[in-house]
Amino acid sequence: MTTDPDTTTLRARRVDLGASEDEAEAMFERGWTDGLPVVPPTPERVARMLTGTTRAPDEIVAVVPPNLVECSVEKVAINAVLAGCRPEYLPVVLAAVEAACTDTFNMHGLLATTWFSAPVVVVNGPITRAIGMNSGVNALGQGNRANATVGRALQLVVRNVGGGRPGEVDRATLGQPGKYTFCFAEDEVGSPWEPLHVSRGCAPEESAVTLFPGESPRGLADQLGRSADHLANSFAAALRTVWGPKAVIAFDALVVVSPEHARVFRESGWTRARLVEELDNRLQIPGAELVRGAGGIAEGVDPSLRDTTIPKFPPGGLLVVHAGGGAGFFSAIVGGWAAGAMGSDPVTRVVGD
Amino acid sequence: MARVVLDPTAETAPATRERTPRPAALTGLTVGLLDISKHRGDVFLDRVAEHLTAAGHTVARFRKPTFTKPAPIDLRHEIATKCDVVIEALAD
Repeated sequence: MTTDPDTTTLRARRVDLGASEDEAEAMFERGWTDGLPVVPPTPERVARMLTGTTRAPDEIVAVVPPNLVECSVEKVAINAVLAGCRPEYLPVVLAAVEAACTDTFNMHGLLATTWFSAPVVVVNGPITRAIGMNSGVNALGQGNRANATVGRALQLVVRNVGGGRPGEVDRATLGQPGKYTFCFAEDEVGSPWEPLHVSRGCAPEESAVTLFPGESPRGLADQLGRSADHLANSFAAALRTVWGPKAVIAFDALVVVSPEHARVFRESGWTRARLVEELDNRLQIPGAELVRGAGGIAEGVDPSLRDTTIPKFPPGGLLVVHAGGGAGFFSAIVGGWAAGAMGSDPVTRVVGD
Repeated sequence: MARVVLDPTAETAPATRERTPRPAALTGLTVGLLDISKHRGDVFLDRVAEHLTAAGHTVARFRKPTFTKPAPIDLRHEIATKCDVVIEALAD
């Protein structure tokens, strides 16, 4: 038996459902879902969700695009209920909303673009174990409640609070399934490297989210490479096709290195920084291969760049994360979106209480 | 028994503002041409500017810093102050 929580302090508009109205259908009809059923956000459920944070319900978390609406902790909690979160996930959702709504991450542009990208949420630190996130078998797939609902809650905040809906401000040509949810934890325990959030300036005992503007993951198999050099060559060849085989400098990529590939890098003594440097070295591309028309492909850079060498990715454009099940010499590449000040840069945010 | 749920939206219908009436003719008006900084948008706007100028209209050119973000408020204000009508070029 749980004690009924106090719902009197909640400020959101109360919507009466008709006596004969089906709850699930009522959520669809009001436009509050992403196309999948949601949990009706009753005042009791929202009050219980708010026990997951010490923050006041009326505190403003972020200004959410595209309508630039001030979003309170309570509104995030309502959408976390819709998404199916447990109260202990709420601090992760709050951090993800904060990170998404920065000028650096540029959620507005990410939403409005015709490209495939969605906010990919990588979670690090003790909270991933505390709330039971999946960083192992099928880490990027279905089946784990925290992974599934944290990413979904962020998308529902953008939809419901920000007003960002497909076919309206969301102009994606094709979109991708990760726009329902794309959230996973890094496997820190089995990683050959320091956790991603530590590489990005956080303390190991802190928990953090890192948001990346990503398209769908694509598989990268290399089952024979047993040296870091071999694998780096494979990775670089695959990374070269991000956005298009002749696109350079304008897009980032996230590389999710699986445990079997990570073991090779560990045995070769490669740090995360070394891996990124080695990939960058292999992705300095002669202009002659990139100019318009080269390779029978109309796309390309200006012919005046024929005699130059151009890096595939801008400096700092590669993020490397460790996750996945123990079997399979397969890693994943998640292509990014317009990089840097003209578009979006990854943002890391510490998860509070 | 009535059931109650809490509204997950911003609870604010977007403020509707009246659009300026469409002018019958461009005579004596200033036409703003807004380049959103997307590839080849300038090609289209250059041509539009040629036509408008040849027809004796006043043209003012503007450019967003990046197509991925909304136009800065100062730019929007400048366009609203200087122009009577605006043509914005998308591209791709």
